Amino acid sequence: MTMTASAETRAAPTDADIRPVSGVAQAAETPVVWLDGVFRHFGETAALDGISLSVRKGEVLGIIGRSGAGKSTLIRCLNGLERPDRGTIEIEGRDITGLSEAELQPLRRRIGMIFQHFNLLSAKTVAENVMLPLKIEGMPRAQRRVRAAELLDLVGLSSKADAYPSALSGGQKQRVGIARALAARPALLLSDEATSALDPETTASILSLLKDINTRLGLTILLITHEMEVVRGVADRVAVIDAGKIVEDGPVWSVFSDPKAATTKSLLGAIRPGLPPAIAADLAARGEQVLSVDLVGPEASTLLPALSIALGAPVRLVHGGIDHIQGQSVGRFFITLAPGASLPQAIAFLTRHGAHVETTGHVADPV
Amino acid sequence: MSPILFDLLLRSLWETVLMTLASGIISLVAGLPLGLALVMTGKGGISENLWVNRVLGAVVNGFRSVPFIILLVALIPVTRVIVGSSIGTWAAIVPLSIAATPYYARIAEVSLRDVDRGLIEAVRSMGGNRWTIVREVLLPEALPGIVAGFTVTLVTLIGASAMAGAIGAGGLGDLAIRYGYQRFETSVMIAVVVVLIVLVCAIQWIGDRLVDRLDHR
Repeated sequence: MTMTASAETRAAPTDADIRPVSGVAQAAETPVVWLDGVFRHFGETAALDGISLSVRKGEVLGIIGRSGAGKSTLIRCLNGLERPDRGTIEIEGRDITGLSEAELQPLRRRIGMIFQHFNLLSAKTVAENVMLPLKIEGMPRAQRRVRAAELLDLVGLSSKADAYPSALSGGQKQRVGIARALAARPALLLSDEATSALDPETTASILSLLKDINTRLGLTILLITHEMEVVRGVADRVAVIDAGKIVEDGPVWSVFSDPKAATTKSLLGAIRPGLPPAIAADLAARGEQVLSVDLVGPEASTLLPALSIALGAPVRLVHGGIDHIQGQSVGRFFITLAPGASLPQAIAFLTRHGAHVETTGHVADPV
Repeated sequence: MSPILFDLLLRSLWETVLMTLASGIISLVAGLPLGLALVMTGKGGISENLWVNRVLGAVVNGFRSVPFIILLVALIPVTRVIVGSSIGTWAAIVPLSIAATPYYARIAEVSLRDVDRGLIEAVRSMGGNRWTIVREVLLPEALPGIVAGFTVTLVTLIGASAMAGAIGAGGLGDLAIRYGYQRFETSVMIAVVVVLIVLVCAIQWIGDRLVDRLDHR
């Protein structure tokens, strides 16, 4: 939806370069999810305050926000567990807002869902849990067995088919949750903070499983989370939600390299390097000017040496580095110039090469 | 203890077991659906209907607040219609069942309400209807509690059946009152108490083993 629009406003590679690998866009195709002006209020507070959003087939969209930002309400609206006050929600081109509970039931079989606390039935074995959506669908028992075996193989848990969920680790439970969500061959997978109860290592393995499923099955995935790491690990596109509104929406590499909204910046704080306060204070005490430089693209690795040559003086790298997101080199550097080097010349050089530059410290003429 | 008294003890044991089991099974069959209805119609339940819930709750509370000995006598006309007689072991089963049903319904309600709401949401998200939720989530997940609650109900019924002697139902409690207490036959009193202890322990032991086997949490 806003991908093209935001790409235009960002100093970055051309639109053709930034297509997510697994989400090949086809303009004519009906989006799997389409929301227009969706509102939901709980008493005085607006959980959803005019949300418009669309998710293409095969895309992985991460919706990130703090707790209470409205992301749970949003995801629950998509399979009719929650109803909006007004607005349109279309799933595969069909408006679901007016459907009765009985009409929603077949629709929900098209949408798999995984949960933060896994929500596996403790009285059923792993295989029985995976077979439950098929039982609901009315598939004969023999076929259910075969399909469950396939799915447990896909998530690497064939040996646990007859175990009860209480005997599994958190990561294994979520794998069963994923197998169960995929059992009825859904068109869309919803992930409700699916890795929030897991340790970082297990989170990484679950995310790579989701990415693998996305690539191999072409499954559309919409995940909500409060952790930027999750978005970074698996999503093609990210939408940032705050107080029931989408405040930013774009390809992950783009939002990560140049966040616009304050909420995005603060959510990114943990993984996007900022200048450590001690170093900033030290430099400020010595009256040094610090430039923060953001650049996306292959030039990120050669930019600083090139600047040194252009200025004829060494550039000092104080902090920062290059990250790789969705195949893009995302550089973020904090530099100081040698005494006597021209600050305007440096800024002009960096800007000309597509970098976003900000100055801190004693600056006569801020950019 | 004389052989006559021993025979009497055996007969009383049988009467107690009969009253307890028969009214226990009836209260299970009637109380479990009632407990389920209380949970389903309650606030946030899968068939929320607060008006029905309040009526059911009031009926349950009404029966539970009447002392059993009063209920035993007050229900005599009902018993006569159902059993054809207002005295004897079978006649006691009617008031015992009617007292135990709301009691068990409340116990089952607590177990059913304890089922994680996330599980209900998971099955709803799969496209399950409310009967799927009852069959696949509420009953199986609450089963250990439902069985444990049935054990508690049976033990409570053993106690209540002692009062059934008032309408000539016999049973161990009645034997203890008439021989042990009113005729000062301490040996009969002790024998009855020992048999009751063994009976209660046996029921509890079987119930606990069953819960262990059913509980996969």
